[in-house]
Amino acid sequence: MIVSNAVRYPTYVPATVAEALEQKAGVANLLPIAGGTEVMVMFNEGLLAPCPVQSLHRLAPEWGGIREAEGSLVIGALATYTDVRHHPVVRERYPLLVEAARVTGALQIQNRGTLVGNIVNGSPAADTVPALFAYGAQVRLLSTRGERTVAVTDFYTGYRKTVLRADELISEIVIPPPADGARHYYRKVGTRAAQAISKVVVAGVRGRDSVRLAWGSVGPTTLRTPKTEAAIASGADADEAVATLATEMSPLDDIRSTRDYRLAVSQNLLREFLKRTSPGG
Amino acid sequence: MTIRMTINGRDCTTDANPMTPLLDVLRESCRLTGTKYGCGEGECGACTVIMNDELVMSCLVPVMQAEVATIETVEGLARMADDGAEILHPVQQAFLECGGAQCGICTPGMVMAGVHHLRHPELAPDGLAEALEGNLCRCTGYSAIFRAMERAAEAGRPA
Ligand SMILES: Cc1cc2nc3c(=O)[nH]c(=O)nc-3n(C[C@H](O)[C@H](O)[C@H](O)COP(=O)(O)OP(=O)(O)OC[C@H]3O[C@@H](n4cnc5c(N)ncnc54)[C@H](O)[C@@H]3O)c2cc1C
Ligand code: FES
Ligand code: FES
Repeated sequence: MIVSNAVRYPTYVPATVAEALEQKAGVANLLPIAGGTEVMVMFNEGLLAPCPVQSLHRLAPEWGGIREAEGSLVIGALATYTDVRHHPVVRERYPLLVEAARVTGALQIQNRGTLVGNIVNGSPAADTVPALFAYGAQVRLLSTRGERTVAVTDFYTGYRKTVLRADELISEIVIPPPADGARHYYRKVGTRAAQAISKVVVAGVRGRDSVRLAWGSVGPTTLRTPKTEAAIASGADADEAVATLATEMSPLDDIRSTRDYRLAVSQNLLREFLKRTSPGG
Repeated sequence: MTIRMTINGRDCTTDANPMTPLLDVLRESCRLTGTKYGCGEGECGACTVIMNDELVMSCLVPVMQAEVATIETVEGLARMADDGAEILHPVQQAFLECGGAQCGICTPGMVMAGVHHLRHPELAPDGLAEALEGNLCRCTGYSAIFRAMERAAEAGRPA
């Protein structure tokens, strides 16, 4: 038996988005639960400080799906990794998301876990966030005060710190269409394929004259490397690009890996990115 | 909050605290102890059940999220023959024949993952290794489990 303290978590189960936002505005420290794959781990381990919780599952009709709107892809807050992996438009146009979903946990995790939960958690090792950075995704935030849209690259302000306000919920992720003919690259390097937390993860999109590169697990937040992007876009060769990367990336030592290892892996991944996405290659 | 579910075809209600993991409700309230507790962190797969035709770790589902859900556990797989004898599900039968279980802790979860894979092979495009990726076994070294799954697949695609 895992639970002994469930009574310390008063529960809210809103039936509509409006009700959910009222609760979020009115109940202090209310913790949303989407797929629960992070919250329940903490809960089961006794690491979740007592707080009121709000399960979003009844909002699935409104927030569950993936759709297209005005040429962009809209991923609802309750859309799971499994939804992403098997959606025809995502498969056709956003291969980095399919790949990121595929390497996140095992099927049981993918069936419950949401991309929005992955974003909010704010871990620099979150595996879908580099893909969302590379595609220029936007996050829609709702509250009883109204709605605002934030670029996912502006969502993080520091290690596990975000711009999400106490009364806000994320309703959806909006992703513009990638440039025609863009080439996509995603790699997760961990200790094993499934279930493992990343040591380095990179997502890249290379268009005719633009490059976007986003890296996970190499800093306090997911980050882009604009100098390296600019160097590649203006025709730098692999050696120059790799040298530029070293000037703007300073990974951390932690229990999963060392700084030097992460930088060396990142440089190798950059070479592979260049090879795989070279125009004509 | 009273939560209604259908477990192995039977209606079931529980007044358990809404945050209680589905695993605890199955084991403690429903006395369906086939589903095992291994880690409580989503890492081992011992608690795997099928919920609304999807494979889930029942330790990570707060029971409130299982409201009105259809749950299938290992106890619901076998059928009763006309003469009252129990007929195992082809995956269970194959585990038995191939030595796919040793200590047995991983087995119910492994069997549920296997049953689900035979129903929906398209959800694991990389095949059996991907389908069973979330289920750890400390005894068998997996090869007997893979043989059992191959045998079950040959025995026909059960419903
Ligand atoms: C065994 C296992 C393996 C894993 N493997 C990986 C992996 O390989 N890569 C990886 O990146 N992650 C992994 N994870 C972590 C986790 O599964 C993901 O981060 C997942 O995307 C979380 O989504 P969720 O819906 O389950 O989150 P929840 O646990 O429901 O919520 C996570 C956080 O997001 C908040 N939140 C959720 N929805 C909203 C919303 N709409 N508005 C505002 N806040 C919200 C919650 O309050 C909470 O703080 C793993 C987890 C487990 C248990
Ligand atoms: S007990 Fe649920 S995954 Fe281990
Ligand atoms: S048979 Fe013992 S863990 Fe698999």
